[in-house]
Amino acid sequence: MTKHNAGKVVSVNGNLVSVEFDGNVSLNEICFVKVDGAELKSEVIRIHGKVAQVQVYEMTDGIKCGDEVEFTGEMLSVLLGPGLLGQIYDGLQNPLPELAKQAGWFLERGVYAQPLDLEKKWEFTPLAKPGDTLRAGEVLGFVPEGAFTHKIFVPFSLLEGYTLKSIAEKGMYGITETIAVLTDSRGKDIPVSMSFRWPVKRAVRCYKERLAPTETMETKVRLIDSFFPVAKGGTYCTPGPFGAGKTVLQHTMSKYADVDIVIIAACGERAGEVVETLTEFPELTDPKTGRSLMERTIIICNTSSMPVASREASIYTSVTLAEYYRQMGLNVLLLADSTSRWAQALREMSGRLEEIPGEEAFPAYLESYIAAFYERAGRVLLPDGSTGSVTIGGSVSPAGGNFEEPVTQATLKVVGAFLGLSRERSDARKYPAIDPLISWSKYPGIIGAGETGYLKQLVLQGSEISSMMKVVGEEGTSLSDYIVYLKADMLDAVYMQQNSFDLVDANCGAERQRYVSAKLVRVLGSDYALEDQDGARGFFQRMRQRFIDWNYAEFGSEDFKKLELEIDRLYEEGKGAISARAESLLKGGEN
Amino acid sequence: MNQVYNRIESITGNVITVRASGVKYHELAQIRTRFGKSLAEVIKLDGDMVSLQVFAGGQGVSTGDEVRFLGREMQVAFSDDLLGRIFNGSGEPIDKGPELTENRKPIGGPSVNPTRRILANRMLRTNIPMIDMFNTLVVSQKLPIFSISGEPYNQLLARIAMQAEADVIVLGGMGLKYDDFLYFKDALSKGGALSRTVMFIHTAADPTVECMMIPDMALAVAEQFALQDKDVLVLLTDMTNFADAMKEIAITQEQVPSNRGYPGDLYSQLASRYEKAVDFANSGSVTILAVTTMPGDDVTHPVPDNTGYITEGQYYLKGGRIEPFGSLSRLKQNVNGKTRKDHRALMDAMIRLYASYKETLEKKNMGFAMSRWDGKLLKYGEMFEDRLMDLSVNLSLEAALDLGWEILAECFEKDETGIKSDLIEEFWPLK
Repeated sequence: MTKHNAGKVVSVNGNLVSVEFDGNVSLNEICFVKVDGAELKSEVIRIHGKVAQVQVYEMTDGIKCGDEVEFTGEMLSVLLGPGLLGQIYDGLQNPLPELAKQAGWFLERGVYAQPLDLEKKWEFTPLAKPGDTLRAGEVLGFVPEGAFTHKIFVPFSLLEGYTLKSIAEKGMYGITETIAVLTDSRGKDIPVSMSFRWPVKRAVRCYKERLAPTETMETKVRLIDSFFPVAKGGTYCTPGPFGAGKTVLQHTMSKYADVDIVIIAACGERAGEVVETLTEFPELTDPKTGRSLMERTIIICNTSSMPVASREASIYTSVTLAEYYRQMGLNVLLLADSTSRWAQALREMSGRLEEIPGEEAFPAYLESYIAAFYERAGRVLLPDGSTGSVTIGGSVSPAGGNFEEPVTQATLKVVGAFLGLSRERSDARKYPAIDPLISWSKYPGIIGAGETGYLKQLVLQGSEISSMMKVVGEEGTSLSDYIVYLKADMLDAVYMQQNSFDLVDANCGAERQRYVSAKLVRVLGSDYALEDQDGARGFFQRMRQRFIDWNYAEFGSEDFKKLELEIDRLYEEGKGAISARAESLLKGGEN
Repeated sequence: MNQVYNRIESITGNVITVRASGVKYHELAQIRTRFGKSLAEVIKLDGDMVSLQVFAGGQGVSTGDEVRFLGREMQVAFSDDLLGRIFNGSGEPIDKGPELTENRKPIGGPSVNPTRRILANRMLRTNIPMIDMFNTLVVSQKLPIFSISGEPYNQLLARIAMQAEADVIVLGGMGLKYDDFLYFKDALSKGGALSRTVMFIHTAADPTVECMMIPDMALAVAEQFALQDKDVLVLLTDMTNFADAMKEIAITQEQVPSNRGYPGDLYSQLASRYEKAVDFANSGSVTILAVTTMPGDDVTHPVPDNTGYITEGQYYLKGGRIEPFGSLSRLKQNVNGKTRKDHRALMDAMIRLYASYKETLEKKNMGFAMSRWDGKLLKYGEMFEDRLMDLSVNLSLEAALDLGWEILAECFEKDETGIKSDLIEEFWPLK
């Protein structure tokens, strides 16, 4: 360690500390400020002459001018290797349960722990052979990690082509033991283990090419999958005022989304919500693997009262872990709750650096940082021919619920789907509170585009009629308009809303969505023999009740079939006659 | 080791600068002015230039005044002797009692490791039906009371302090009118709760810097009691004054304001206080109820807005009542399934009917004809407001549930309530 630079503190302002140093330091280099026997992890964020300004990831109480600082020569990085799944980390990849063992109730500063268990042995099977030419990100072998095949890579930081000199035989190894030796072009040997470090602020680019996100990621939420879908490798954001259900929606996604790995970044939010996940997930089963949901999950937890600088880091830590599992040909979903808190962390630091502020005092580079973060999502073709993806879903907490603010606007520029939550819908206890009138998505959904368009059109018409009705009253509305209004209202109640507490209704798969939406197009795209408004209201209320009951029945079950028959019977009673448009949609004419 | 300096280089607002060496960040100093002694805290180090924030304010500080560094951070003395005592924002007694200096604990300490928290699942009874029955308060919850100035929020807090099932009450008053301070003192001593209460009081006439210390002092004490297996209820009033003090200080220090003049770290600052609410596994707990006045009844104002993102719901005090619609306890479902089996169903039904009453009232005001059903709703709504919503109503949860059934029975037929039949059979009052 002595060969690294040392420095001395010359000023302290909040968590921004200036350090005078000799020799060379690099931007984003990690250093430790020594105070009262503790060493506080910090990152260089600006260099001016012989003074480096560093942000300290801990509380800076007690630091004095003249305190020693040791530079490490390394950038902020995470340790990648088997054993990441199921972990609960803070923003700097310290495992929180381990910190609790060392420090007890509180997160004492200067206490750090190894991110991965160095003692544990993993069963390594080699795939590469001596003499192979290998590059960064190519596969040396694999170990089983829970239900997954965890590939062991040539470390991403090795930049040239290497010849594999030797590789370990199949057997049990710890993650720091040498399992292979690579030779570079100058004949120098490089020993490689099953784990390596990667700087979090650099995207992992060990892939052949980036592919277009075209496959829908099923979330089991009807309003998303059918109307505002998210693709594997795509990005979406969920802005909404407090209490609109952002976290509940993210929580549902983390449980039901059709992906291999879920990474939850609890960034600057309530600790209680993390506790809920921690209590609930080990008890739930992942339908794909049949194992505990926790085994496909990594939680990066930097809650609102934990230091702000590591809140900023936590977003990068999460996305790096997501990219790592993507390299294995897996589909990864990263849920960041909430990116606004991350943006606020940037704002706090920018203020201390006395940078010229942009809108609402956010730094001018806010947009490019947000764009760079979401651009780390994507579906890629990997060196071994498989594909993997990182999907990023970020919740946004706009001040006052106003979507005009900088973070929401910067995010909307770069994401592929916008699921805007509205106070009106959440106040009306509609879940999910995604507002169909403002949301959009650029990805293909699981039902035909024609059907989606038809149903969306109905919602729009319904909302126009409903606002008109507020002025002229029901009496002043024509029967045909009133029926459109009732149809839109029914669509909202039976398809767009979902009961997140009901196991069947909350988990509505693609096949079921296709089936039910087709039925809905038929029912809503038909004309009925209805005499007056009361008759119409009564008819659609009954129809609506049938559909709601239908939603609670297991797909394909006896109950399901029976309830469907009741819908058909009611349809007959109402003398339903399907319109030409709906009929052509159902025949697939417009899909 | 206590260095003394006699030369103050600059004085701006509440911040003074001295040349000194070996000073620690956030170290305390004592400054002696012609008006007496005051504490000051180091807020910036730049070489040997040390900036301090003077708790009593910069008024009357002279360049020749004496600054003595104390070698320690801001702390609060902790022991059972705190109970029944009243302190100011500097931790000095303002009740003529003796000063406490033993067993000093740091304030604003680190946050609790999330993996050592447990899921909030114990009800905290207050005997206020609008809380216990409709938006149950849960041990370790953090809830603000959103209110317009002029609402009886301090009366509500005082009542909760006297009636809540908590071992220790810690009251933090920020920018309190002196009358309100006297009211609290009087109400708590009459109610017999003074002996389990600690008060940290900053009145509107006290220096701004002390206002900022109040939540940290109150919460540090609460945390210590909680670690001694006590269930602690922290009452803070008013957090908007705290935020305004922060704004005032940030602006005099030339920080770039973000939204309506508030500093960019308003969210983090509020969160680091509210997140002190905790239920320690196998030990005590801290529950926080904090008044947040909304300037102009505007919930999108930065203080209530940021608060809403941090807390687990809110009580919305309006027209002297806790509004059932704006109010929300996010944790109520953790507990209200275990109280009495009719609790949830009755709560839902009564709120649903009350919402219908509101609609009917609107129709009535617009001059529409009233049906028989409308008549029932009107009768129900008025009864509900008088007998359950009124803040003076003082009933245990069970009594409130029984009263709820009585009100329903007086206004409606059984099948008009939309409650499951088996519950109706069991609880519908016999006439």
